[in-house]
Amino acid sequence: MQKAFMTKLKSNKTLKSNLITFGMVIIAYILMEILMAAGILSNLLKGLLVPLCVYAILAVSLNLTVGILGELSLGHAGFMCVGAFSSAFFSKCMQDVIPIAGVRFTLAIIIGALSAGLFGILIGIPVLRLKGDYLAIVTLAFGEIIKNLVNILYVGLDENGFHFSTKSSLDLNLSENGTVIIQGAQGITGTPHDSNFTIGIILLLLTLFIVLNLIHSRDGRAIMAIRDNTIAAESVGINITKYKLMAFSISAALAGLAGVLYAHNLSTLTALPKNFGYNMSIMILVFVVLGGIGNIRGSIISAVVLTLLPELLRGLNDYRMLIYAIVLIVMMLFNWAPACIQWREKIAYKLKKKKIVKINGKEA
Amino acid sequence: MALLEIRNLGISFGGLRAVDDFNVEIEKGCLYGLIGPNGAGKTTVFNLLTGVYKPSEGIIHLDGQDITGKKTIEINRAGVARTFQNIRLFKDLSVADNVKVGLHNHLEYNTLEGILRLPKYRAIEKQMQEEAMELLRVFELDGEADTLASNLPYGKQRKLEIARALATKPKLLLLDEPAAGMNPNETQELMDIIGFVREHFDMTILLIEHDMRLVSGICEELTVLNFGRVLCQGKTADVLNNPEVIKAYLGE
Amino acid sequence: MSFLKYLISGISLGSVYALIALGYTMVYGIAKMLNFAHGDVIMIGAFTTYTICSTLGLPPVIGVLAAVILCTFLGMGIERVAYKPLRKAASPLAVLITAIGVSYLLQNIALLIFGANTKAFASVVSFPALELADGSITVSGETIVTILSCIVIMICLMLFIHKTKAGQAMLAVSEDKGAAQLMGINVNGTIALTFAIGSALAAIAGVLLCSAYPSLNPYTGSMPGIKAFVAAVFGGIGSIPGAFIGGILLGIIEIFAKAYISSQVADAIVFAVLIIVLLIKPTGILGRNVQEKV
Repeated sequence: MQKAFMTKLKSNKTLKSNLITFGMVIIAYILMEILMAAGILSNLLKGLLVPLCVYAILAVSLNLTVGILGELSLGHAGFMCVGAFSSAFFSKCMQDVIPIAGVRFTLAIIIGALSAGLFGILIGIPVLRLKGDYLAIVTLAFGEIIKNLVNILYVGLDENGFHFSTKSSLDLNLSENGTVIIQGAQGITGTPHDSNFTIGIILLLLTLFIVLNLIHSRDGRAIMAIRDNTIAAESVGINITKYKLMAFSISAALAGLAGVLYAHNLSTLTALPKNFGYNMSIMILVFVVLGGIGNIRGSIISAVVLTLLPELLRGLNDYRMLIYAIVLIVMMLFNWAPACIQWREKIAYKLKKKKIVKINGKEA
Repeated sequence: MALLEIRNLGISFGGLRAVDDFNVEIEKGCLYGLIGPNGAGKTTVFNLLTGVYKPSEGIIHLDGQDITGKKTIEINRAGVARTFQNIRLFKDLSVADNVKVGLHNHLEYNTLEGILRLPKYRAIEKQMQEEAMELLRVFELDGEADTLASNLPYGKQRKLEIARALATKPKLLLLDEPAAGMNPNETQELMDIIGFVREHFDMTILLIEHDMRLVSGICEELTVLNFGRVLCQGKTADVLNNPEVIKAYLGE
Repeated sequence: MSFLKYLISGISLGSVYALIALGYTMVYGIAKMLNFAHGDVIMIGAFTTYTICSTLGLPPVIGVLAAVILCTFLGMGIERVAYKPLRKAASPLAVLITAIGVSYLLQNIALLIFGANTKAFASVVSFPALELADGSITVSGETIVTILSCIVIMICLMLFIHKTKAGQAMLAVSEDKGAAQLMGINVNGTIALTFAIGSALAAIAGVLLCSAYPSLNPYTGSMPGIKAFVAAVFGGIGSIPGAFIGGILLGIIEIFAKAYISSQVADAIVFAVLIIVLLIKPTGILGRNVQEKV
């Protein structure tokens, strides 16, 4: 049995690669848990564990759009925002109705992912016919619109049901025992703290499971065929709209999942330019490109490294973001500049004296 | 009844009449050639046939079914597959995966079955692998099934494109300059393959080609296009000896 | 009357956007890359003028000149070090991300030198304000100068591109780098020149932006940069008159949205209009529609 598995492993490169990816995440989890139990982990790092999972999920999900579908999206934070707010809204409403945290959070996850996915479909239908940089700017625009609208949204609840306003909490006309749930720019306060590192890792593994299995299936092949040559894909009967929309909405739903994790890790959820604006979308894109476009494992690694880097440089105070910027530029040049790639291959050849394998392949 | 029947097909781009009053009938199992000088409108005919362009007028019938003005994917499902003049492979997919994309509409399981790796996924993927390998063996590409398509040499890329088109199980195969860029040995090999495909898959083939050795060697019937209009039509030998055709090709 | 007032302030804001968008669109048209650091070059330009005029007390002319010269070299330097090595990279996204890195770099350099506090930028414009309709409408000197310089620069750019040899080389490079090289055009030089001009324009835009809206910090260029990018896409990216029209329209829409609807959702409205325009005309108002040949 075991022998059969080993031979299968040898013959199947993708299976092996997937197992490495899952194994990497699980080992990192065990390592962190051990460090935590031993009390070595600083409070700062402990606080970063859930955000690390959030960023890793975001990077993997955006890679589905950028690397696998081959379309540039600059509005990924908008989908995260939808997932965060819809799920936090649900959790806050249901805090007393469903007292069991596990059940409530599971439902919140489903609601967050589904609403983000729904937004993905709604936005995807009109915009996915645009190409390249035009698609990029429109997704950026949608991300900003979502963030903007959340900031003027007021929702309250009393015995007469929900009240909505776009002006202020007073305009909600709530009765005496009503409560304001979403308070405009102040966002949602008092979301139950349901996220933790273990749940974050489980959601990351779930994301990986969905994305990797999708890529290596009939639908994934169709999506990558569209990326490589839309006209040829159409000529062999691939429904372009359907598969573009599928990739885009699954990518959005997974960003929503990250949003759920993010929202339930904070006591106050607000939509700021920092967390849901285009800056965030761009940062996720940086993870994806630096980790290798289409390389799922690379996305996780670069999300973790780039999130930890500024924290590790904290001792350098004012210089840390400067160093971060320089490291980013240098790493991009090192990874992508044809001259650097040649130079690296030459070094690798000298070291190994073996056949040069092409680096930066698109296979995950 | 003919497998492909085109009546009065025409299209204009702005003021330019790219194809005008194009008529053709192709019998099932025939190997039919479409030739003509550069810019005569040959590829435009292919694009009209596959729904890339919508014809301004005329009708196209495939096996009795009206496919005029339908979308590309509907036309492919009706049974027309093609290759492209400038090769269009899925360059970052493996050779086997390129063919599997062609099998997409014939071997199906849904997204959930794929993500959850349900038994149906395993069964269909196994069948896909077998069918893809079978096709690749015809083109002697089975040894490179795991190679990235972009890493194949030129001649093999052309062959892979034909294999991918055949994977969609068409009734009619359109080949746009299959021998372009091939050396005489490769062209000879290609001629053998086209002949084999016709026998083995019982295929009707319409091809555009400039290589006269290939055209005269394997095509049974020809249509010559010049300035978007049919110059001459008929049995290969008759057409190639037609003085008008010689004039169009060689000038006065 | 208030309508006219808003229209004028819309055009004023729009001409700043247009000025930034001109630089954006030139770089995009020729180097085919979204230079995310463009907004930060603007900020550097404004800080240069601020240092020379407010800190050293030298006359505005010197401040503006210094900003233009510094930004020209800065733009060329960035192109040489960060963008040129990636011109033939496997994915066009690589240079986009590097541009984001450059943007962070410029912001943090400014942060280190000038600190995070917002500075009050003293206007470099000494042009008198224009009073219309018996003083009920005032058009500030900054507005007049911004609009005039925007129009002058646009005309100069068009003349430069269509009438000079270097401009023709730019057109050729934007069509097809390989073919241009074969025709003996110095492609690297042409792209460097494009960045030089684009960055010089950014310096002017920065000075005028901060003269009209006198607050300056390391992140000042960021949002106008994005807005100008939107304006360039709006008008059809790569097109110089398109950038002008897009910029002006964007400014007017933003001011009207702030005045008549709500200042909180003004940005959302600007972006919504952009989306609607692109859905109707996918390549912007004056953009060329290039279809892939089968």
